[in-house]
Amino acid sequence: MDVSMFLSVIIGAIFINNFILSKFLGLCSFIGISKETKPALYMGVSATFVTTCASIITWAIYNFILVPCHIEYLRTISFILVIASFVQLVEMVIKKFSRTLYRTLGIYLPLITVNCAVLGVAVLNSEMFFKPGINTLTSFALSALQGFCVGLGYILVMLFMSGIRERLELCDIPASFKDAPIAFIIASLMSMAFMGFSGFRF
Amino acid sequence: MKKLFKEFFKGIGSENPTFRLILGLCPTLAVSTSVINGIGMGAAATFVLIGSNMIISLVRRFIPDEIRIPCFIVIIATFVTIVELTMKAYAPELSKALGIFVPLIVVNCIVLGRAEAFACKQGVLASIMDALGMGLGFTLALVLISVVRELLGSGTLAGFLIIKNFEPVLYIALAPGALLVIGLLIGGINYISRKGRAA
Amino acid sequence: MNKFTVSPSPHIKSDNTTKKIMWAVVLSLMPSGVAGIYIFGLSSLNVIVLSILSCFFTEAVFLKLRNKDAKTVLDGSAILTGLLLAYNLPPGVPFWIPVVGGAVSIVLGKQLFGGLGQNIFNPALVGRAFLQISWPVYLTAWKNPKWWPDAVSTATPLAKEGSSHFSYMDLFLGNRSGCIGEVCVAALLIGVLFLLVTKIISLEIPLSFIGTVGIISWIFGKQGFFKGDFLFSVLAGGLILGAFFMATDYVTSPLTKKGKIIFGIGCGIITAIIRLRGSYPEGVCYSILFMNAAVPIIDRFTKVRKYGLVKK
Repeated sequence: MDVSMFLSVIIGAIFINNFILSKFLGLCSFIGISKETKPALYMGVSATFVTTCASIITWAIYNFILVPCHIEYLRTISFILVIASFVQLVEMVIKKFSRTLYRTLGIYLPLITVNCAVLGVAVLNSEMFFKPGINTLTSFALSALQGFCVGLGYILVMLFMSGIRERLELCDIPASFKDAPIAFIIASLMSMAFMGFSGFRF
Repeated sequence: MKKLFKEFFKGIGSENPTFRLILGLCPTLAVSTSVINGIGMGAAATFVLIGSNMIISLVRRFIPDEIRIPCFIVIIATFVTIVELTMKAYAPELSKALGIFVPLIVVNCIVLGRAEAFACKQGVLASIMDALGMGLGFTLALVLISVVRELLGSGTLAGFLIIKNFEPVLYIALAPGALLVIGLLIGGINYISRKGRAA
Repeated sequence: MNKFTVSPSPHIKSDNTTKKIMWAVVLSLMPSGVAGIYIFGLSSLNVIVLSILSCFFTEAVFLKLRNKDAKTVLDGSAILTGLLLAYNLPPGVPFWIPVVGGAVSIVLGKQLFGGLGQNIFNPALVGRAFLQISWPVYLTAWKNPKWWPDAVSTATPLAKEGSSHFSYMDLFLGNRSGCIGEVCVAALLIGVLFLLVTKIISLEIPLSFIGTVGIISWIFGKQGFFKGDFLFSVLAGGLILGAFFMATDYVTSPLTKKGKIIFGIGCGIITAIIRLRGSYPEGVCYSILFMNAAVPIIDRFTKVRKYGLVKK
């Protein structure tokens, strides 16, 4: 284990390979829920929670079930099932224990199930870290870290975007470009600004 | 018969998943750097759509309402795995180029959306037509975007050099270009359809 | 008919109109342009003229298309964008680079958002970053000052490989390669003085921006911790141009004092990180664009509390 590997996972997941801006994962919710800051923030927080937990759970599934039984080809199907049931579980737990939390975060959870960012981070983890040469413990730490940082990157971009879109309400945008098209163009320019971070060396 | 054709054409035009409903964007943007990739992705998604729509429509009476989403996901994931492994075996180049976006067809909103909105309520034939239309609409949108991006981003089309003495706009070929092209295309389509309505 | 639509910013002082401010900034940029033309020869004049013309005509065409008063194009903002874009380009670029850049600046950076006062990103920097990403080869082909003996172009002072041999005086007067408008710090400072005296810009953003870059470069110097070159990092590259003329753009910077300082520090941190660790030699352009995206959020959290309002 060395520190630079962890650092490059952190910077990579938040800035260089930001899931929304350079991997295009989680775009539907990004365009859909970024009109106001508050929901955007809540969505980001719930997504971060889910990506972190999903990274840990899929790590366990892969290393303790799929690999020993030699059924790695069931990766996609098992990951999505586990993620879907996990999100369902979280929803039920939140509903049981805190009505207020459920009211603020609850509606976003079903959306997260089909958010490609969650399955995306699980698949990416399995391709980047679950391989010979990286011992199991390191791959666990790196996966969990990547899950968390992908979430942080998601929150960051959601916050920026929602702030900008709140301001756009007052702008005289050409009618054909209102809503989705201008959101894509802003995302494009943000993605360009994020490209300044490309090629970081540690 | 007429109804079947209607189901088929709505996916290509009025309810085009990419340009009208703005669904299933992740693969649309990520793999549209070249026309070949675009067609490959479109074909894979169309296959999954047809398969899952057909099976779901067949078993729709046996699935309890409460757990229908997990059931749909399992059916969809089965077809995605078939595509994933087949592609790895017979088209390794394409499989490498499309990367994690093949397994991600599972969470493509178009597939689950069609299962939920159409296949679980309609007959088998109509569902297949619907899937075919949606899949073709998705493929067409992908091809359109990737033609623009490949032409401007590297001056080629399906790998052949088209414009000579052209300095490719690298921006279009990279991540920000995908977002820009789809933004401008949706805006342009909005503009044209508004003009059409006004006239 | 009043074509300046109501917008949250800029809050312009009563005796100043947008037009006056724009032309004042254009005027303040003149010395640097003259210096650039003097240092690199007439090719820099070509770039400047083409860039301005491209911005001007793109804006006029767009206004016409949207059935707006085409006279708005004379408010000076398009010309300022063109000028700033040219100042951020190397002097020897092919003729179509400033033309494409100008069109991109105006369309993507400004008009699609509704025009003057409504853009999120600094238009000139949008154009510049677009060009840098699209045609990196041309945007890093530097020209030497015309009195240097050899015709082989050398790296800029900030280039990552090779040691730099520039004295502070070289950097201050512009005896080096670089973009047209950034090389002569002395000429830029004349313009800065003018803008400060006429109170068109305030010092919060530039000082926090430059200070942060300097301090970080000093701490993480090439020779070891706390051995970096503060002054070198400030004078080399486009920091002075960026911090005083582009980060301070009314439309794309925060409204409050606190917000401005946060904005400046953010720009500074990102610039320093890109210079130290990134693959690009200079990070001023990307850092300002990045922080432009954060401005609405910064404004939201640094809102001045209404008088008498109790904090919840």
